Amino acid sequence: MPQSANGRGTAVAYVNAHIVDPASGLDMKGALVTEGGLIRDFGPALFRDSPPLDFDVVDCGGQVLAPGLVDMRVQLREPGEEHKETIATAAQAASAGGVTAMVCLPNTEPCIDDVAGVEFIARRAREVRGTKVFCYAAATQGIEGRELAEIGLLAEMGAVGFTDGVKSVGEAQVMRRVLSYSRAFDALVLQHPEEPTLAKGGAMNEGEASMRLGLPGIPALAEVMMIERDLRLMELTGARLHIMHVSTAAGIEAIRRAKAGGLGVTCDTAPPYFTLTENDIGEYRTFCKVSPPLRTERDRMAVIAGLADGTIDAIASDHAPQDQETKRVPFAQAECGVVGLETLLPLSLALYHKGQLTLIEVLKKLTAAPAAILRLPLGRIAKGAAADLVLFDPDRPWVVDAKRFKSKSKNSPFDEMPVQGRVVRTVVAGRTLFEADAA
Amino acid sequence: MSASTRAEFVAAAAPAVPFRHRHLLGIEGLAAGEISEILDIAERYVELNRRGGAKSSLLRGRTMVNLFFESSTRTRTSFELAGKRLGADVINMTSDGSSVRKGETLLDTAITLNAMHVDVLVVRHPESGAVKLLADKVNCVVMNGGDGQHEHPTQALLDALTIRRRKGRLQGLIVTICGDVLHSRVARSNIHLLNIMGARVRVVAPPTLMPGAIARMGVEPFTDMKKGLADADIVMMLRLQNERMQGRYVPSTREYFRFFGLDYDKLGAAKPDALIMHPGPMNRGVEIDSEVADDFGRSVIQEQVEMGVAARMACLDVLTRALRANQVGSPTQPPLEVAN
Repeated sequence: MPQSANGRGTAVAYVNAHIVDPASGLDMKGALVTEGGLIRDFGPALFRDSPPLDFDVVDCGGQVLAPGLVDMRVQLREPGEEHKETIATAAQAASAGGVTAMVCLPNTEPCIDDVAGVEFIARRAREVRGTKVFCYAAATQGIEGRELAEIGLLAEMGAVGFTDGVKSVGEAQVMRRVLSYSRAFDALVLQHPEEPTLAKGGAMNEGEASMRLGLPGIPALAEVMMIERDLRLMELTGARLHIMHVSTAAGIEAIRRAKAGGLGVTCDTAPPYFTLTENDIGEYRTFCKVSPPLRTERDRMAVIAGLADGTIDAIASDHAPQDQETKRVPFAQAECGVVGLETLLPLSLALYHKGQLTLIEVLKKLTAAPAAILRLPLGRIAKGAAADLVLFDPDRPWVVDAKRFKSKSKNSPFDEMPVQGRVVRTVVAGRTLFEADAA
Repeated sequence: MSASTRAEFVAAAAPAVPFRHRHLLGIEGLAAGEISEILDIAERYVELNRRGGAKSSLLRGRTMVNLFFESSTRTRTSFELAGKRLGADVINMTSDGSSVRKGETLLDTAITLNAMHVDVLVVRHPESGAVKLLADKVNCVVMNGGDGQHEHPTQALLDALTIRRRKGRLQGLIVTICGDVLHSRVARSNIHLLNIMGARVRVVAPPTLMPGAIARMGVEPFTDMKKGLADADIVMMLRLQNERMQGRYVPSTREYFRFFGLDYDKLGAAKPDALIMHPGPMNRGVEIDSEVADDFGRSVIQEQVEMGVAARMACLDVLTRALRANQVGSPTQPPLEVAN
């Protein structure tokens, strides 16, 4: 029976743990001690007899103790759409999902394109005192894809990257300037890879399914065209570019080739793209409407292959809360998005359970890899590192129940899906924020 | 009323192949036997309608609502007549002037109507899948009167009825569907139905108005209209749906007519007795030459309109079967009466 960590900044000993740290490749049985929000020590022989009496002790029961997940893309809906999600409710959802740090997109109302916006997110996150919250700022003013946002000032204020979020920067000239200008601040630019004029009006992947359903399609080509263009612009400008949620075989192949050619581009994907296909839309299931759209089985397999061979660096939840009003409408009118914070870990662990990736590989894409892309000192177990940890049982089967999500919105196509891997405890800066009910 | 008429309608209520579906949301998923059953029943309603002054009381005391979120004259009138000729109380609701305009959602409208114990709801909506969304939330029978670019099942049934009466069969016929296939729910429903019934389906369209995956629906695509029409038994023209188009798909109506409009020259490639069909409303001089459209010997466009009422009556008949079975005392009621 685990005892509760007291959260007063005193030392907490996590004993009987299966410690996994993808950054260093560490995979061992042992113990770990945190103090004052940091990891003080860990090792196989630590507390072999018993921890000091003034330590709080958590018996991990042999389960996996890993760095907390770093979710590099969520939508928090605050400010502006607090009926869908707030930073406080998202933080609870994050804790329940083992996520200890997350980065939000600037697509709020108003959008985050000035220093006040970045400051607002930072202040709200401090008030919530939970999951660490970082933010991207808009790459262009008003997310309109025309004028450069104040990239320098925003970077100074703490924005960890620049992106128009769910919208791509469509004009090549504007994107060139964003990339070029961001170099002065060594800032990361993130792109939603979709050629907007080809995707315009589309509701799902273009193909047989869209034809049968009579829905306007978004061709897979829209993704690879934008990726190819941006790779050229990256080469030209020497900027840091990250391509978000890749979903097509062709797009992944383009990135694979660029990486082989020595380009330092990075990319990520999200669980819907390696878990579902366009066929899951069935008869107009709007919960399966995401952007980029769900693709074919061939694309899904390519995403998994890309994860396995390292072409795809990271996995993000793509948490996009939507309320009933925006989902219980005809498919073409429905908003895009899936809530993902609370299913990120088990859906990603499916890659491990199916033998497609090792456990350490899966965890790396959720921790050290996104932290490295973002240049955040997170996602690793090391002496002196932040005590952001997740304790989970990688094998425990359970059934997703959207009604029990901590997130304010319940738009999950994974509701009622049997999954494996359950978060037992989430620790941020040494404080336990979440503890699963004994079951 | 004669005894024989009466026997005929009792027989119609006891089919060999029971229709398995609660709603009629599309042709996809129907079995050949179910389609044949509807067509067989429709034949009888053609007779009833031609008799004039005759009216069934099959749906007496039942309420049918036509909920049209998209403008329509012929389909709405056809459904209205079908309901009335079966004795139902028919109410028409259109999106303008209703609370839909005031921001009420599609589902709220459906739930409101459901609470009023409507028996049959006919829905037309500009969005694909909207009728299915609504059908999931109501207890009544839902008929798809056309949803976006998805399906228009009663149109396919009336087309099949028209063809079957003229040609005696559907099996083995070469049917060429020409025009704006990309945006057409009529094309989708017809492709499904004709394939289920064993016809050979071809489609002719400029590549910009042809879904890339169209061959996956079991049709032969053509961009050369004469080749597509070669030896065709049936020529089905589609309306150029400018209202569903974002931007231009064809350079001009003049050019469209030149290459994809049906005129006597192109029609020459088809069988001499090929039938000309069009779901209406027609854009004369755009997808069809006026003379061809009015060709008394070959154009069955007016007949399609007539068959529409009978086909929709047959659908109502089949879909309300479960409803009528639960009606207390219904078997003793005379199913047919002659209006004064």
